[in-house]
Amino acid sequence: MTELSHVEKIKRESRHLRGTLVESLQEPITGSIREDDTVLIKFHGTYQQDDRDVREERRRQKLEPAYSFMIRTRLPGGVCTPQQWLQLDAIARRYGNGTLRVTTRQAFQFHGVVKTELKTTMQAINAALIDTIAACGDVNRNVLASANPVETRAHPVVADWAHKLSEHLLPRTRAYHEIWLDGEKVATTEESEPLYGETYLPRKFKTAIVVPPVNDVDVFAHDLGFIAIVENGELQGFNVTVGGGMGASHGDPETFPRLADVVGFIRPGQLLDVASSVLTTQRDFGNRAVRKRARLKYTIEDRGLAWFVAEVTRRQGFEFEPARPFAFTQQGDRFGWIEGYDGRWHLTLRIEAGRIADTERAKQLTGLRELAKVHRGDFRLTPNQNLTIANVDANSRAFVSALVVKYGLDRHERSTPVARDALACVALPTCGLAMAEAERYLPQLVRLVEERMAAHGLAGEPLVLRITGCPNGCARPYLAEVALVGKAPGRYNLFYGGDGRGGRLNALHLENVDEPTILSALDAAFGRYAQERTPGERFGDFAWRAGLVGGAAQAA
Amino acid sequence: MSATTVAAFPLGPLDPERSELLLRVVEGLEPSTLQWLAGFAAGVAHERAANRGGLPATAPVPAARPEAAARLTIVYGSQTGNGKRIAERLGRAAETAGIAARVYSSVNYPLKDLPKERLLVVVVSTQGDGDPPDDARGFLEFLASRRAPRLDQLSYSVLALGDSSYPKFCETGKQVDERLATLGAKRLLDRVDCDVDYDTLATPWLDRVVTTARDNLGAVPQVATVTRLRAAPAAPLYSREQPFAAEVLANQRITARGATKDVRHVELALEGSGLTYTPGDALGVWHENPAPVVADVLEALRLDGAQDVEIDGQAKPLRAWLTASRELTRLTRPFLVQQAERSQDPALAAVLQPGHEQELRRTLKDLQVVDVLQRHRGEWDAKSFVQALRPLAPRLYSIASSPEAVGDEVHVTVAVVEYEHERQRRLGAASAYLAGLTGEAARARVFIEHNERFRLPADTARDVIMIGPGTGVAPFRGFVQHREAQGATGRNWLFFGARHFQSEFLYQAEWQEAVRKGVLSRLDVAFSRDRSTPRTYVQDRLRAAGKDVYAWLEGGAYLYVCGDAEQMAPDVQGALVDIVAEHGAKNRDAAEAYVRALADERRDLRDVY
Ligand code: SRM
Ligand SMILES: Cc1cc2nc3c(=O)[nH]c(=O)nc-3n(C[C@H](O)[C@H](O)[C@H](O)COP(=O)(O)OP(=O)(O)OC[C@H]3O[C@@H](n4cnc5c(N)ncnc54)[C@H](O)[C@@H]3O)c2cc1C
Ligand SMILES: Cc1cc2nc3c(=O)[nH]c(=O)nc-3n(C[C@H](O)[C@H](O)[C@H](O)COP(=O)(O)O)c2cc1C
Ligand code: SF4
Repeated sequence: MTELSHVEKIKRESRHLRGTLVESLQEPITGSIREDDTVLIKFHGTYQQDDRDVREERRRQKLEPAYSFMIRTRLPGGVCTPQQWLQLDAIARRYGNGTLRVTTRQAFQFHGVVKTELKTTMQAINAALIDTIAACGDVNRNVLASANPVETRAHPVVADWAHKLSEHLLPRTRAYHEIWLDGEKVATTEESEPLYGETYLPRKFKTAIVVPPVNDVDVFAHDLGFIAIVENGELQGFNVTVGGGMGASHGDPETFPRLADVVGFIRPGQLLDVASSVLTTQRDFGNRAVRKRARLKYTIEDRGLAWFVAEVTRRQGFEFEPARPFAFTQQGDRFGWIEGYDGRWHLTLRIEAGRIADTERAKQLTGLRELAKVHRGDFRLTPNQNLTIANVDANSRAFVSALVVKYGLDRHERSTPVARDALACVALPTCGLAMAEAERYLPQLVRLVEERMAAHGLAGEPLVLRITGCPNGCARPYLAEVALVGKAPGRYNLFYGGDGRGGRLNALHLENVDEPTILSALDAAFGRYAQERTPGERFGDFAWRAGLVGGAAQAA
Repeated sequence: MSATTVAAFPLGPLDPERSELLLRVVEGLEPSTLQWLAGFAAGVAHERAANRGGLPATAPVPAARPEAAARLTIVYGSQTGNGKRIAERLGRAAETAGIAARVYSSVNYPLKDLPKERLLVVVVSTQGDGDPPDDARGFLEFLASRRAPRLDQLSYSVLALGDSSYPKFCETGKQVDERLATLGAKRLLDRVDCDVDYDTLATPWLDRVVTTARDNLGAVPQVATVTRLRAAPAAPLYSREQPFAAEVLANQRITARGATKDVRHVELALEGSGLTYTPGDALGVWHENPAPVVADVLEALRLDGAQDVEIDGQAKPLRAWLTASRELTRLTRPFLVQQAERSQDPALAAVLQPGHEQELRRTLKDLQVVDVLQRHRGEWDAKSFVQALRPLAPRLYSIASSPEAVGDEVHVTVAVVEYEHERQRRLGAASAYLAGLTGEAARARVFIEHNERFRLPADTARDVIMIGPGTGVAPFRGFVQHREAQGATGRNWLFFGARHFQSEFLYQAEWQEAVRKGVLSRLDVAFSRDRSTPRTYVQDRLRAAGKDVYAWLEGGAYLYVCGDAEQMAPDVQGALVDIVAEHGAKNRDAAEAYVRALADERRDLRDVY
């Protein structure tokens, strides 16, 4: 067997993720932690970062980088109570950078927490009965579930499964409680990781549950997916999908985004067994030598889907039934008020790039705090960085709407479909892997794209636009109709061709281009699209038919 | 300076061989020792002449004179070298004038000689809050003690160095002057109190001392043969009086956004200056008052900066006087007196009354010239205003580099003084001037202020504990560079403190590297304004590490303290005593004695300001 990656060594020697974190946190002369601990701390839900805007400046000042920590919560299905909201809001203002960041996996991120306040912050989060265990690291990540909670009777059931699944796949180590919550120490020998073993998974593992027809979770983008099959409002079971993933590396054909395969149908009661079987198969056969090739999608690519299904079947001890028919009408969220089957109402708000903050333009953080103080339902973070104010009774609607308008939270009312559906990953200044701007550039990008569209009479037409600062694909760009993937400051790869339902990968149109080039390319493409499109044809579909991507383009 | 720079062979009357011998003897001797040697030679010459009875009958009978009679003894107490410089100048002047003179630092002066002295000159500065310089403590204690002898045979003169921006102006000089008088000594000349522009008064005083001394002792011709030797050690080309215009190689802010202070790391080129330094020395900087400072003063005066002002035959525009020749940011009592008269403001007059020392102290400490002009308005004409101000004095900055590491560069760490006074921006003259020295052409007029009292142990195997919060860390950057270059085997332990970890951890990256390399065996930090950590200061860290600190001291470690004199130094002192008491199981007195002993052994060294 080939040499293990360094990370594997660190995990093995970490005594179930303890490493030297305690010592690292106490080291007074640096705001950073020891290198090996930066790997382990991810399993605890936090990443060491530094403010890249001042990195060079501080080097000249003979100071170390401005280290801080990003903390990510585990929030299955993105559910959070008003009480919890108030606590998280307070934490963001007290210990974080004053913003709450809704992620593409229905979780919160706090940015800018300094080492000396990291433990206190972790405790404050846990005090809100929210943990951060396995929010990052080579384990099962936060479980996605269609955001809308009670549109049909099936939705709450699904949300509930998301919760069970997340708990089922949690690591069992007590390290987290020891290090952050002063839980009493347990000998690692008494402690076991039945599911994960000593070295956990070869790589991160992602699970999502979706209730058609809205593919808000982009179910084909995840290692493991469950497509709820609902017949006249009742949950029958799930179609299982495996081997999805977005991440790739520039110029490395060995890495690529991949759509998950549908392998069959299961009953609700079988969900947990399927999950552990898929997870352990990946645990035992995933590539532990080359991290870039360690995701489940590559295990399946390398060994073949048939082999994989056989192995999983063997482990779970039952066959998959033939997959049931299903259909997706769209990806992204549905905004505005929607009535649930039980007569309660749900308001989905547009949060640009998931960043909830108080700015000159709007005091959204304050607004949502005010709302949380009076809201009697709950909140749902969507898989598209947006927010649903859930379970509002009919007679509170007017009041909620008023608050929403007062604090400028009504962008979903005022923006074009492009603006509403756009996604941007965090990127600069916090993301250590960013090669170009994303979140901070999104508003300008959207405006420019809107202009180009308007110029060709396409204003108000739907278009799924996504941008990431690097090819890792945190905003699932390869499923967008138009995507920018960062290559260098101000330069991106331009992709066309998602189907608007999360069912097709886009393809490279232009490589390593700057804003003007991107705009003129879009201008030309929109021009032709406006002229040549067939009735109801989406831009993503047109791009292939017109040969802007695919065979013709590649040849060109 | 080494005596190899002495004139060519043969030396005066000596044959080459003896010249050579003599050279070897004087090689590397301190000026004071050389001068003693000269005096010794003079003494020997006398005795021989006397024994041979070869002296004219008219001549006073040498044997009749007490041994020390024909000699002028110069004792200095000096912290930052000004007094030392003057004392040595006087020594040279006396010798050239044919007077046998010996120059002593007050620590080295053999107190038992005091009763025998006939002619004593004391040059002493005042430090702290009216305290003696470190090297003069023992000397003053002795004079004050009951052991002090009667000195009826003694004539003396005191040159007091001070800074009239301090309430206890020239305090130490005054004490010495009065104590010698009470011990029965007669004033040869009245005491002279010098302000920071000490040359203006010191030079004439020096000449008067020489002449009166000559009249008093009568020149001793034989000494002349030795003077050549003494005249030889050439003073360096560049000095305080002739500063070197050093190119500014770097002027880098080293505190980050959100810092409460703007601290600069300034690198200067000494190439071609012949200036050399040792870690522990300070860099003297002749600054100019920054334009806004001058502008504010002119505005408060309602005077035109362009008008010419002539003083002692030197004419230049008022603005030029205020920019390059006068202190505008440090107040003096004499100036306050004049302003009180011109403003007729009883409030100001009151501050100057006896019994209001506290207010005076605060006024001198907290206010600048412009503040007083604004608060107590009064009419000034350009000339009298310039005359009322004292001449510009250079500032000192601990050298933050080792030549071993940076070649012929010198680095300093400058905290820019900038603050609000009644909603107006106020600047520190030199620090703001330095902060403004950027760009190609930038030059700073500098000199080296040697500080023999702040040196690394000659024995590189000794451990070193360095306590330097804020800019007090500057010399330790030089120390650590030096110890690394020396391959010192002793351990190095640094205590640093500041307000904020994120933005004010001076040289953080360098210290981390030193720790990584093992050059710093230990680094303890204290931050006093970080929300996330309880307010801690270096003395707290020191106490927390007390057990180890004591162990290091017991193992012969040297301890260095640099930085704030008002708060930090005393607090650290207190912490040390506590540590020794606790971990050395000593009572208070024993502990204090232990710490005092460290200072006496020169293992507890301070450079505070
Ligand atoms: C916050 C978030 C993007 C957002 O704007 O919402 C995010 C942010 C980061 N992702 Fe991601 N990822 C986020 C969803 C995704 C997704 C989308 C999804 O999961 O649905 C993907 C693509 C799906 C997939 O995994 O294939 C994704 C693929 C990656 C990758 C590439 C993984 C791969 O297989 O190649 C990395 C890099 C890595 O893991 O080495 C990464 C790494 C990162 C890090 C932690 C950078 C790092 O490792 O140092 C980013 C932190 C930036 C910051 O400053 O906050 N993130 N990341 C999303 C947080 C989700 C959550 O709450 O857990
Ligand atoms: C041996 C020695 C070593 C030194 N080493 C260093 C060093 O390494 N780094 C360093 O930065 N300094 C060092 N100093 C101090 C330095 O010499 C200057 O005193 C300092 O830079 C301030 O000088 P300035 O001309 O900028 O301010 P000045 O113009 O001399 O003083 C400004 C005036 O403002 C007034 N004032 C009112 N409020 C304040 C306030 N809050 N803060 C300051 N002034 C106020 C005071 O009256 C003060 O006189 C050292 C001093 C000595 C004696
Ligand atoms: C930290 C410090 C404290 C001082 N305190 C006084 C003082 O209390 N009274 C005074 O007259 N001069 C005071 N001075 C001014 C010095 O006496 C003056 O600079 C003198 O020229 C120093 O001479 P030296 O270099 O021989 O020590 C102080 C200087 C410093 C650096
Ligand atoms: S896509 Fe790349 S740049 Fe964007 S957050 Fe993920 S890792 Fe960072």
